[in-house]
Amino acid sequence: MISIMNTFGIWLAAFFTLCIFSFLYKDNPFYKFAEQVFVGLSAAYWLVYIIYSIMVPNLFAKLADDFSGNIILLIPAALGLMMLMRIHPKTQWVSRYPIAIMVGTTAGISMLRYMKSDILQQLTATMINPFAAATTAEVIGNLLMIIGTICGVYFFYFSKKQEGVSKAVSKVGIWFLMVSFGATFGYTVMARISLLIGRLDFLLGDWLHLIK
Amino acid sequence: MKSTAPLFFAFIVGVIVLLSEFIPHSPFNQIVSTLEGWFMIISGFAILLGQISLIRMNTHKIVHKLDNWQYHLAGLISFGLMLTLGLLWGMQETPGILGDAPGIQAWLGQKPFDYLFDNAYLPLSATLFSLLAFFIASAAYRAFIIRGLESNLLMITAIIVIIGRTSIGTMLTGWLPENLQFWHFPNLADFIMEFPNTAAQRAILISAGLGIVGSSLRIILGIERSYLGGDK
Amino acid sequence: MKLSAMVERRIIYLVLLVAVALPLLFPIGWKTEVSGYTQMAYDLIENTPEGKVVIISFDYDPSTMTELQPMGEAMIEHAFKRDQKIITTALWPMGVQMAEQAFDKVLRDYPDKKRGVDYVNLGYKVGGMVTIQAMGRDMKEVYPKDTRNTPYEEIPLLANTRRLKDVAWVSSLSSGVPGLKEWMMVARDSYNVPVTGGCTAVSAPGFFPYVNEQRQLTGLLGGLKAASEYESLIGRLGTATTKMDAQSVAHLLILIFIALGNIKVFVAKRRKSND
Repeated sequence: MISIMNTFGIWLAAFFTLCIFSFLYKDNPFYKFAEQVFVGLSAAYWLVYIIYSIMVPNLFAKLADDFSGNIILLIPAALGLMMLMRIHPKTQWVSRYPIAIMVGTTAGISMLRYMKSDILQQLTATMINPFAAATTAEVIGNLLMIIGTICGVYFFYFSKKQEGVSKAVSKVGIWFLMVSFGATFGYTVMARISLLIGRLDFLLGDWLHLIK
Repeated sequence: MKSTAPLFFAFIVGVIVLLSEFIPHSPFNQIVSTLEGWFMIISGFAILLGQISLIRMNTHKIVHKLDNWQYHLAGLISFGLMLTLGLLWGMQETPGILGDAPGIQAWLGQKPFDYLFDNAYLPLSATLFSLLAFFIASAAYRAFIIRGLESNLLMITAIIVIIGRTSIGTMLTGWLPENLQFWHFPNLADFIMEFPNTAAQRAILISAGLGIVGSSLRIILGIERSYLGGDK
Repeated sequence: MKLSAMVERRIIYLVLLVAVALPLLFPIGWKTEVSGYTQMAYDLIENTPEGKVVIISFDYDPSTMTELQPMGEAMIEHAFKRDQKIITTALWPMGVQMAEQAFDKVLRDYPDKKRGVDYVNLGYKVGGMVTIQAMGRDMKEVYPKDTRNTPYEEIPLLANTRRLKDVAWVSSLSSGVPGLKEWMMVARDSYNVPVTGGCTAVSAPGFFPYVNEQRQLTGLLGGLKAASEYESLIGRLGTATTKMDAQSVAHLLILIFIALGNIKVFVAKRRKSND
């Protein structure tokens, strides 16, 4: 029975795969059906995991095991219920409180983490001795890195009109950004092709058994 | 009051989080630790809100027989099926309300929730995103045209990286002598990623980081209020 | 012969489909070289002493599993080979299933590895950066139980692991937010725990600035090629390696499409200027 269900499962997977691929010819009922099924399954998956991974272990189980010791958890539970008030237009204002707490927490943490990781650490990583490298290529690379970072940051300075020398610096920044976008395009091609390879591997291997 | 009080809460919470970074002692560390625990629980309810909203929207389309309402019905049925299976019998190692369903696992080979995940959700998710490969091939043919210096730079870099990150690059320039190894495609691609790409991406990170610090400060100080929604 | 845009598009799709399918059916066996970034990630795990507790976070969903699942399997195998104890978690809900599938595959070759002793799956938690920050203070608060509902204090592997600092390294396999960046920002920059990981090729260029002298990231696996490089380092003929031939042929085809597109525009311009 397991092998029959296994085979049925593979055929079900192949059916859904081909439904989605049919969009490449044109939009059609099979694609629309598969798309909505995906939305439904995705939403249900999230909900089941929210219940079993967060609500039960971090809230309900703790309250059930030791209610008086964990009574403070009633506060986030109440805030969560206030969040649900957003559904009804007349009670939407109630949801602003939990949203404000979440946004305030996230803003505080983000500010600190981004300041350290994306600003201070990145500036430190740029302040290197470009000539303290083993090879000529690395020396040139280090110089490119310093010049590129400074010019790139300058490009994003929009508070003053860029003209004359500042325009030239900005132009160099654009060149570095173009190089980066080209590299990103190359990697994007790699990523997208990989996804297709995965599906074809399933269709040709697991479904049709054509791959040894 | 409906707008001012939440802003006050956002300010208090934001300031406590900031202070705890510099004063990691009582009571700040305990308050922040508690806040972090509450954050997870409230986030769970936020996701639940999203689900309820989705069900409402789909139900509205089905009840009023709007365009493509049949497909939304299929979506709602699949939602109900997966939710029921997950709640009743759980997933993987996690038991559900009715336990682990050993009987069902005996003939299905796994839990019903996992079966649906492996044979329905997984292929749908993977295939939807694999369509992008076709679109990028089409874009490469139609839109990737050389026009000026900047597009030239973009194109040349893209070509070097596309060749360098595959076996073809290794074969094309693998014969180069030691002193010309810099021009070996994989090495050239690595050089581009390590230096000019890093420089540009670093510029983006620093600039975006400054933006995030600025907008976080605006949120904490109550200058930015768009997250509260309109006045109702 | 002038073809309509729709017909051209369909021809492109068909050619791409055939170009990717043929190397899968008839493997070529081309070799790839290992890049410095992959080597750094490998060295981190290789040089971590036996018995250390490590974290592998599966922060992706099935849409990107072709690139990231082989990385996960390779890292699990490498950690098992080095006798490291693995804590698995996920910041994306689908990551839990991805982790279980990866472990199921690797455990076929390591049947002596015991759940709770050599590895444990703590499951999914929402909250991203805030959750990781909470792990930095007290992991038991964040994960009161594992996916089998075993309480934290009853899991032998976690006996001496109360916070992030007790972990030797963290690896995040991520396809978006939350993921590798959040782990790096908190685990590495706040708690000084070495962080490595893998990401989809799309996001790889944005992560390279973090592989620096400060070691915000200790190496990086960017995309399917990096996954195949890692497999070759641990001596494993995995799924990434077998797909690299198709990847290489497809890349060549994309370059041909770019060339053809530019030739077409150039010819059209010439014709227009002659007219």
